[in-house]
Amino acid sequence: MKSYIEPEFIVKRDYEKCVKCKVCINECTYGVHYYDDKNDIIRSRDENCVNCHRCVVFCPTKAITIEKNPTQYTENSHWTREVITSIKRQAETGGAILTGMGCDKPYYTYWDKILLNASQVTNPSIDPLREPIELRTYLGAKPDKLELELENGEVLLKTKLAPQLCAEVPILFAAVSYGAVNFNVHLALARAAAELGTFMNCGEGGLDKRLYRYGDHIIVQVASGRFGVNPEYLNVGAAIEIKIGQGAKPGIGGHLPGEKVTQEIAQIRMIPVGTDALSPAPHHDIYSIEDLRQLIYALKEATDYTKPVAVKIAAVHNSAAIASGIARAGADIIVLDGVRGATGAAPKVIRDNVGIPIELALASVDQRLRDEGIRNRVSIIVSGGIRSSADVVKAIALGADAVYIGTAALVAIGCTLCQKCYTGKCPWGITTTDPQISKRLDPDVAAKRLINLVRAWSIEIKEMLGAMGINAIESLRGNREQLRGVGLTDTELKILGIKMAGE
Amino acid sequence: MNREFSHEGRKTLDAPGPVMINNGVVTINAANMHYRDLNLLLKTHSNLAKRINIYNVYGQRYIGTGLRNNVEIHVYGTPGNDLAAFMDGPTIYVHGNAQDGVGNTMNSGKVVVYGCAGDVVGYAMRGGRIFIRDDAGYRVGIHMKEYGEQKPVIVIGGTAQDFLGEYMAGGILVVLGLTLSHGETHKAKFVGTGMHGGIIYIRGQVTHVGKEAKITELEENDVALLKPIIEEFCSYFNFNIDEVLAGEFKKIVPLSTRPYGKLYT
Repeated sequence: MKSYIEPEFIVKRDYEKCVKCKVCINECTYGVHYYDDKNDIIRSRDENCVNCHRCVVFCPTKAITIEKNPTQYTENSHWTREVITSIKRQAETGGAILTGMGCDKPYYTYWDKILLNASQVTNPSIDPLREPIELRTYLGAKPDKLELELENGEVLLKTKLAPQLCAEVPILFAAVSYGAVNFNVHLALARAAAELGTFMNCGEGGLDKRLYRYGDHIIVQVASGRFGVNPEYLNVGAAIEIKIGQGAKPGIGGHLPGEKVTQEIAQIRMIPVGTDALSPAPHHDIYSIEDLRQLIYALKEATDYTKPVAVKIAAVHNSAAIASGIARAGADIIVLDGVRGATGAAPKVIRDNVGIPIELALASVDQRLRDEGIRNRVSIIVSGGIRSSADVVKAIALGADAVYIGTAALVAIGCTLCQKCYTGKCPWGITTTDPQISKRLDPDVAAKRLINLVRAWSIEIKEMLGAMGINAIESLRGNREQLRGVGLTDTELKILGIKMAGE
Repeated sequence: MNREFSHEGRKTLDAPGPVMINNGVVTINAANMHYRDLNLLLKTHSNLAKRINIYNVYGQRYIGTGLRNNVEIHVYGTPGNDLAAFMDGPTIYVHGNAQDGVGNTMNSGKVVVYGCAGDVVGYAMRGGRIFIRDDAGYRVGIHMKEYGEQKPVIVIGGTAQDFLGEYMAGGILVVLGLTLSHGETHKAKFVGTGMHGGIIYIRGQVTHVGKEAKITELEENDVALLKPIIEEFCSYFNFNIDEVLAGEFKKIVPLSTRPYGKLYT
């Protein structure tokens, strides 16, 4: 069948600058560039280009630019190019459209409609350059009350505290599974987490034994496929996260395409080489909150009650009630992943249409748990499109204890959000398990970039806190008085629990 | 650094119940005992004891969960859900029926049940063996895995219900139909749905197989594989191996290693 799909991008090569060094040919994993030896010239197959910018960055003479295909269909705000292309592709293949990363639609971002407060005259701001500002965050269940006892003139804590994660910054690296990404990426995340005093989540594909030494900085995940889950794995991590849902694909299971299931991945996941790694939509031992409680306590039993157990859900319409159930089921941490949350592979229709913005879910969950008097029983981590330190500060003021960053972390190490993770050919060496392409990701350089990013955000967070006259991140948590909305309806303001700017 | 809070995770054993130790055999009376206390006793004693007998088990969950040694545990009564979950090594004999989640994500070891078991036996099982004398419930062997030498085995002496071996990626699942009357077929539907690895052997007639799996006849190497497994099963429950092997066996295997490869573009 002849394909009616036109190239999405056009590769432009400045032949005055091109020295025919062929770097672009070697760097491109999609076979876009090729050498025409008859005419001694490098040409492009535009239809293969995914706009990943690998050739653009690595071309020594900066001879390459990538443009959106200027040939547009007749202008139509309803039948966009994306819609027309999707229909044509489905008509040609009969398959559901797969994509990577998070929802890319222009709506749903509330962070940009929320503004922060600052101190002026009546309450002094704090200068972070000369005064300490505390970012340390403890994640885990907090007691309803503290019992103290006096012994020989010393005050002792009588209350037994639940296990906690201590993060030096309220920023953790979100779950990306071994298989979705390669070992080098996991290693970089683990090293960066250890250096920063925070945590990386290893995702649902197990943990390579070479990373066990970073276990104190790793949250191990248990998803419905139970890949790589054994007692050693559960005990090596600092905490365990039960993955129920993911913001990029609420309600559906995980899907690691067979192209990425190499020998190494097959071994750790214990599935045949080249087969799709399927995590079913539900955990088949969890059909209710009571069943969830059963798994939470099975994991606590298996780890002697020494580790916090987190439960991750996608932000959906009734997240608040679900979160209440999760808290009551005995989870120590609730993770909410919003509609912008990313993935290595998801049906596009699900990614772009299912779930709700994290800002609204967070505000409603925090409020519900407060109303029920159980907010202290769980910590809340939010994720799904956290792009900057400002998003972090706004999230914490809305009620989060900490955030997970996934996409931002991958962008720091090279990702350009071309959304083709599912092909397993990531030219930046990130979402590929091909041993040759994986070598492109230098774990030392990547760890350094991750550390730099989180350090930079930490400085900015301290600046924002100081400006508000707050010297500890704890004092910002749920402090919605520091937030004001612009361009929001009364209902939106009410759900976010914030006032309109000017109020 | 993340463990700055002092934490004593377990309930202290105010009334641990009578525990007797005699010549390496630990006997626990579990009547009125919370599962946390019972499991703490198991963890405490299982590294030294040769054998642990637990009497008066009334539905306590997680017996053997997360245990990582080679102790032999005999359970008298009815253990609760998630028996032997994440277990790594021990052998558990259940002298009675078991409930849901036997051997959930079990890594190695053995579970022998002298009775029936509930749903999701051996969910995502990674190694070791489970032998159920009588019937089992729904979703037995779902998501079983294997790699190299690590190959889990489940044998159900009687029959099992729907979604047997769903999403199976490895291992061996055997259903013998010994509780069925003459001519009665297995009722399980959607057997092997989404299966992409492993083998299911069924003695007797199965009528409804998932569209990702197919029923075939046994070959010589299947018999060689199956015989020692059934021998072991018969040795626990005093069945006559020849009579069991005389039945008609079918094999269910995946149609492809990528059942959902064509679903997406």
